[in-house]
Amino acid sequence: MEFIYYFGDVFAPMSFMLLLIGTVGGLILGATPGLSPTMAVALLIPFTFQLEAAQGLILLGAAYTSTVAGGAVSAILLKIPGAPANIATTLDGHEMARRGKGARALQLSFLASAVGGVIGVLLLIFLTPVLSQWALAFGPSHLFWLAILGVTIIGSLESRSVVKGLLSGCIGMWLATIGFDDIMGAQRFIFHPALGGGVNIIAALIGIFAIPQVLNMFAKGRNDPNVEVIHVQKSPLREAVVELFSKSRALVIGTVTGSFIGLIPGVGGQIAGLVAYDQSRKMSSTPEKFGTGHSEGVIAAEAANNAMVGPSLVPLLTLSIPGSPTAAVLLGGLLIHGIFPGSDLFDNYPDVAWTFINSMLVGQILMCIFGLYVAGLAARVAQVPQSVMAAIVLGLAVYGSYSVQSSMGDVYVMASLGIMMFFLEKFGYSAAPLVLGLILGPIAEANFIQGTMIADAGDGRMGYFFTGTLNIVLIAIVVLSVAYSAFMELRARRQMQQTEALA
Amino acid sequence: MSRIQHILPSGLILAVGIWVAWISFTREPAGAFLFPRLISAAFVALAAWTFGKAVLGKSRVGTGLSAELVRNLLPGLIVAGIYIFWAAQALGFYTATTITFFVLLSLYDPAPHGQPSTWVKRAIITAGYMAVMYGLFALLLKAYTPREILF
Repeated sequence: MEFIYYFGDVFAPMSFMLLLIGTVGGLILGATPGLSPTMAVALLIPFTFQLEAAQGLILLGAAYTSTVAGGAVSAILLKIPGAPANIATTLDGHEMARRGKGARALQLSFLASAVGGVIGVLLLIFLTPVLSQWALAFGPSHLFWLAILGVTIIGSLESRSVVKGLLSGCIGMWLATIGFDDIMGAQRFIFHPALGGGVNIIAALIGIFAIPQVLNMFAKGRNDPNVEVIHVQKSPLREAVVELFSKSRALVIGTVTGSFIGLIPGVGGQIAGLVAYDQSRKMSSTPEKFGTGHSEGVIAAEAANNAMVGPSLVPLLTLSIPGSPTAAVLLGGLLIHGIFPGSDLFDNYPDVAWTFINSMLVGQILMCIFGLYVAGLAARVAQVPQSVMAAIVLGLAVYGSYSVQSSMGDVYVMASLGIMMFFLEKFGYSAAPLVLGLILGPIAEANFIQGTMIADAGDGRMGYFFTGTLNIVLIAIVVLSVAYSAFMELRARRQMQQTEALA
Repeated sequence: MSRIQHILPSGLILAVGIWVAWISFTREPAGAFLFPRLISAAFVALAAWTFGKAVLGKSRVGTGLSAELVRNLLPGLIVAGIYIFWAAQALGFYTATTITFFVLLSLYDPAPHGQPSTWVKRAIITAGYMAVMYGLFALLLKAYTPREILF
């Protein structure tokens, strides 16, 4: 129960103000279609440079939590999910809004998000210290395999093509090797002076997540989206609370599904929302109402996508392995303050770790309160033309990448990686494994080199890296995750071929 | 999406993979390239597999680039490229950002270009955005930004 000692730090004036700014800003950014939670958090990192580590993380954590919830506003009022995590919310939420129940849909979505989010963060609070102790047993070979696992699991599960996902991970790991070798000081792959210090991780994150979205907005041309916003009437909050708990089955299914899926590295909020929606429909006494504006659909989807936020940080805070692209961006936020998460995080920086986690808990409540009032404003911001949004994000991306080291070289790296990622995505390569490769590459390399030295002095490399229960378990998970994804991809392709043949 | 659209990017990635592997396996000191060797071996194997599938016409993932997409994208990409790779440094961050913002807004704003009122609106939006950017970065955060010819 150590976390209780650090609750007061969340309410320090500066920390609480940042929590409010992150929450309200995140709600508005989340409601804006095209601005993903990952991109919002990446663009915010440069603003944390002048803050203390805990304060910076409070801002990033609040933005992460509320962008996921804020996406429900545009999903319900505009029928455009603010983020992939809100796709399932659109199915019933927008129908509710069309039937004049927009306010009720928004209230239910924020209330369900808060309940799911609080349970998810509690899971993070109680699981993290236990897993941190367990992580002490990890040696260099295990950490090497864990880093490889982080890349392969996201490469295979997050991509529509397993091979392209893994290839993206390899490209990310190669990018991480650019610069000077840490041990011998040798130059590696420095083909431009801007790469002399290696690929700066913050600049890379901003480029990979922000620039493709800017270019995607350009690619839509001068089309007027002609989005109709459904205006909402006032609705008593007390009735929404009663309805939420009367639909407790959907709430429980959403929360449990989201929490469980959040723990699995590589499986994001989009999957959590859709799986919870599907399970809730299957177990509902009125499954035929789903898709026609049924409140259970909104409750299950929103509880799930916020319940996964806390557990998705467990692998990051215990094993220093980010389980999702947003967790990878948060890792970047930790690294710029010289904090490296892992088994000793709670021993060395308990104030930073617990203040951050506690702020996420308080942030869930604030998100619920402000969400109900900011929804109208957020829906109006969501209508901002794509041209304005693209120009704003471009300016912020340039500022953000320059401000890391006051270097135009970082801006060039940011832009080059962003443009490269835009085209790679068009050909089926994913950003998530590339970023994970970039972040986990140095961890994998450091532990590989250290492991090699230990192995050369003892059992030999094969014996050191391929034997031992933990090594075998980790290797088995790597192989199984790739095999499972390959099997699912082949099955989907066969089904598509059969459908085409029948047509 | 045509076969050539799969072949070109996968061929390019394979070429990069081969270059990475060549450097990793030929440069000294070997110890500094131990990890890159491991990565490049997987890189080349996966890139060769992807390229082979593309050549055989079995690549299906990805939407590719349509002529319309390229037509829409190109003006914005060129303006953004000039801004990032030249103007931000040569003209100064705030000047370059103002010009870029206004140009991008004019290029992609769906409002008609023939009406003077739409130009006034664009100018006001640009001025508002720059006021917020300057107030936030220069005055509040006191962040250093490139300030060459102008500001």
